[in-house]
Amino acid sequence: MAIPILKQGAVLIASLQAAPTDRDLIQLKDELADKIGHFRSRIVAIDVSALDVMDSFATRTLRGIAHATKLRGANTVIVGIQPDVAFAMVQLGLTLDGIETALDLDEGLARMRPQPDGGTSGDR
Amino acid sequence: MTADATRVAITRDGDIVEARQKGRELAQQIGFTGSDLTLIATAISEVARNIVVYAGHGDIDLSIAEKNGKRGILVVARDEGPGIPDIERAMRDGYSTGNSLGLGLPGSRRLMDDFEIDSAVGRGTTVIMRKWKA
Repeated sequence: MAIPILKQGAVLIASLQAAPTDRDLIQLKDELADKIGHFRSRIVAIDVSALDVMDSFATRTLRGIAHATKLRGANTVIVGIQPDVAFAMVQLGLTLDGIETALDLDEGLARMRPQPDGGTSGDR
Repeated sequence: MTADATRVAITRDGDIVEARQKGRELAQQIGFTGSDLTLIATAISEVARNIVVYAGHGDIDLSIAEKNGKRGILVVARDEGPGIPDIERAMRDGYSTGNSLGLGLPGSRRLMDDFEIDSAVGRGTTVIMRKWKA
């Protein structure tokens, strides 16, 4: 089951459905890398609000996506991590250090919008 | 096996999702709620992935645990893979031979109440985890 990726201007939005398999996540990584180049996207938003589990593999893959998109000149924001999921990630020892996160898609996109100084607020 | 117990065969990454969903269902049936369900499902996800990555195939048995009037969930992950040569090292955060974060086993131990691991090189690995209802 492929994870849908929507394009809106310079923004790519990936919406994870409930319970993606490892293969779905790897496919998302490949497709995002491809689409960023194709559409010259500047911002990638990954919505994980439908996920009831973020285990070490999912976290590592999302972290890899965020770091790789950064190297390609785009910023990634991960939005919608559920409270219970966040708690389990902390217990497991998983972090998303250096990666932008936001409560929901609206807030995530607002945070990543270009600032008057030419950067994005995600560049902190 | 009764409806209180279920076995999930683990052979590919899709089975990881099935195992954690079945685990969540059983935990819910036992009376776990909220964040406990997420902790249990996440721990099952980690041990199931260990089977896929290191052993190729195995089983996860999910059942009800009972001790001194307490109820909980029992998760037994069993494989006949290569086994773990150095369990102490494998239980340390950040140690991995499988290109992962190395948090699967030590992380799962933190998520659950009881955690036992038995492994022999060439004979496979069994992980037994329990979480008790508060």
